Amino acid sequence: MTTVEATGVTLDRLRRSRRGRVVWLAVVVLTLACACLLSVGLGTRAVGWGDILAGMSGTTETMAQAVVAVRVPRTVLAVLAGGALGLAGAVMQGVTRNPLADPGILGVNAGAAMAVVIGMAWFGMQTLGAFLWTAILGAGIAACFVYAIGSLGRGGATPLKLALAGAATSIAAASFTMATVLPRNDIAGGVRSWQIGGIGGASFDAILPCLPFLAIGLVLCLLSARSLNLLALGDDAAAGLGARVAWARGAAALGAVLLCGATTAICGPIGFVGLVVPHACRLLVGVDHRWLLPFSALTGGILLIIADVIGRIVARPSEMDVGIVTAFVGAPVFIWIVRQRRVRDL
Amino acid sequence: MTAAADTGAAERIAGLRLSRRRARIRLVAVMCGLVVAVLGLTLATGPTMTTPSELLRVLAGHYVPGAGFAVRELRLPRAVLSILTGMSFGLGGVIFQTLLRNPLASPDIIGISAGSSAAAVFAIVILGWSGPAVSVTAVIAGLGVALLIYLLAWRDGVSGTRLILVGIGLSAMLDSLIAYVLSRAPAWTLQDALRWLTGSVNGATLAEALPVLVSLTVFGGLLLARRGNLEAMRLGDDTAAALGVPLAVDKVLAVMAAVGLIAVATAVSGPVAFVAFLSGPVAGRIAGPGRAPLIPAALVGALLMLLGDYAGQHLLAGRYPVGVVTGALGAPYLIYLIVRSNRTGREP
Repeated sequence: MTTVEATGVTLDRLRRSRRGRVVWLAVVVLTLACACLLSVGLGTRAVGWGDILAGMSGTTETMAQAVVAVRVPRTVLAVLAGGALGLAGAVMQGVTRNPLADPGILGVNAGAAMAVVIGMAWFGMQTLGAFLWTAILGAGIAACFVYAIGSLGRGGATPLKLALAGAATSIAAASFTMATVLPRNDIAGGVRSWQIGGIGGASFDAILPCLPFLAIGLVLCLLSARSLNLLALGDDAAAGLGARVAWARGAAALGAVLLCGATTAICGPIGFVGLVVPHACRLLVGVDHRWLLPFSALTGGILLIIADVIGRIVARPSEMDVGIVTAFVGAPVFIWIVRQRRVRDL
Repeated sequence: MTAAADTGAAERIAGLRLSRRRARIRLVAVMCGLVVAVLGLTLATGPTMTTPSELLRVLAGHYVPGAGFAVRELRLPRAVLSILTGMSFGLGGVIFQTLLRNPLASPDIIGISAGSSAAAVFAIVILGWSGPAVSVTAVIAGLGVALLIYLLAWRDGVSGTRLILVGIGLSAMLDSLIAYVLSRAPAWTLQDALRWLTGSVNGATLAEALPVLVSLTVFGGLLLARRGNLEAMRLGDDTAAALGVPLAVDKVLAVMAAVGLIAVATAVSGPVAFVAFLSGPVAGRIAGPGRAPLIPAALVGALLMLLGDYAGQHLLAGRYPVGVVTGALGAPYLIYLIVRSNRTGREP
């Protein structure tokens, strides 16, 4: 009798929280739609509703319609890149069971950037397809390296060790990138514009080749939601419940690396999205990865669009790189997380 | 009998102290000799070689055709600035590492160098300032960032781990500020941007070295004068207080002096990666256990800057700013520190 009642109460709570999650999902999707509209409408030149509709349908007769035609691919890229980074961050935090995991802090983005610059300098790469492969390779190598160093020895991969290994790897990669670029004036311009490029110069031609990578990464990450839930209980408990720990970890990490590498190949390194977004989402929907991962993807898209719009408005008539805005939003959240936890946990 | 044993022990300790002191003095002398030797090397070699006799005549102020310009106008300011900033970085870094009792708590990792260089870039690019005003701005910003890190890391006391992580977050923010300010100044050449991103002594002049010399004399002198209390603080706050050290005053003084050293040097040469971080542990390894190696750390810093700049100029294909060389050296060392602390099971 009591068990039935207790089960009833638990089920009720679950359902209620599921209802809450559905409401939040609707809110997030609506916000994303509004953010997209804002991104198309706002900027150095503000445009009206009529121009937005006309521009969306492809006409570029007036200045305003041409502006809209440029802003649409940019908005699409912001959604894709932000979603990929947010999702990758949530997966990395799950795989490493570490609240400070983020593609920027763990040095994965810097590794991808170094690989692309080496490809430009030594192998004469020019095409985006080549950038993609090298970026993903670099991201993968950096991720394995940082995780291997951070988890050596007693205590496993503590946040401090991972953050330090990531910082060291980032600095080493940045030094090496600089050393590769400096003596070659012929590629210096290309590298700089790629590094600072952000999402400003987006076009559908540039976005298309990345889509397969993003799609595979997305599927891998979403499929690993259940095993991430098991991993959260600890490796032994997860193995006891029937998860193949190493495989689950590897698949999820591969998905995250694909997402980060592809994003870095188009936009250059963007930090802190993957750190901030999952923490915000955990406040909304709790720690269940089956909900957390899709929410992180949507919220990541929102964050990057808004950061891009802020970057356009603040520095009118020029623009502020989206990576700079995300650092200013993200670093305070990072510090807040560090302050929240007891030192023993870190 | 016990009294006799006591005197015997006291004599042995006194003898040990004396021999350690002699070893320290010998070490400092050897390192000074090394700095002078490397200085001679950097002054004499380059695209045009200068013989030692010519070098001495140039330095004595004689007119030497063919060598005077290269040595006096190009190589000497560069070498002098390298030595002064290297000493400042090394001394400032080892003070932080000693006070926080953690080799990772060096000012270039916890964001104080980033704060100084962000302020310097802002003052130079946006406000159009130059000279001592930039140095003063850099010092004030460095102190402000140090205070901010301390306040943000405060939660029923400050733990080293939290302070380092807060510093990493703040320095990411400041780095992106630097990137933004540099992107606002499109007329600037790549060389100037690099000075603020990695640190470099390119285009040094003796006039630039003056504020660094002043800060090294004032702050360095202050730190060496109070080093007894610094030693006591290494034993932990409680022990130091029990030994009668006025903790608050001395800690604030030491931190302010260290920030001053770092900030003034950063305003001139940019945040040269890892010199502050590397000098202390390297000097500790050379000097062995005992007192905090303040003077050896300063000399190691000078050597690192001189050798890094020399390698970037002449040894590698292409010419690199010194910060790229020290960054490539320092990152593997940081990884080594993490790996080693993992093996021994201590907190890094």
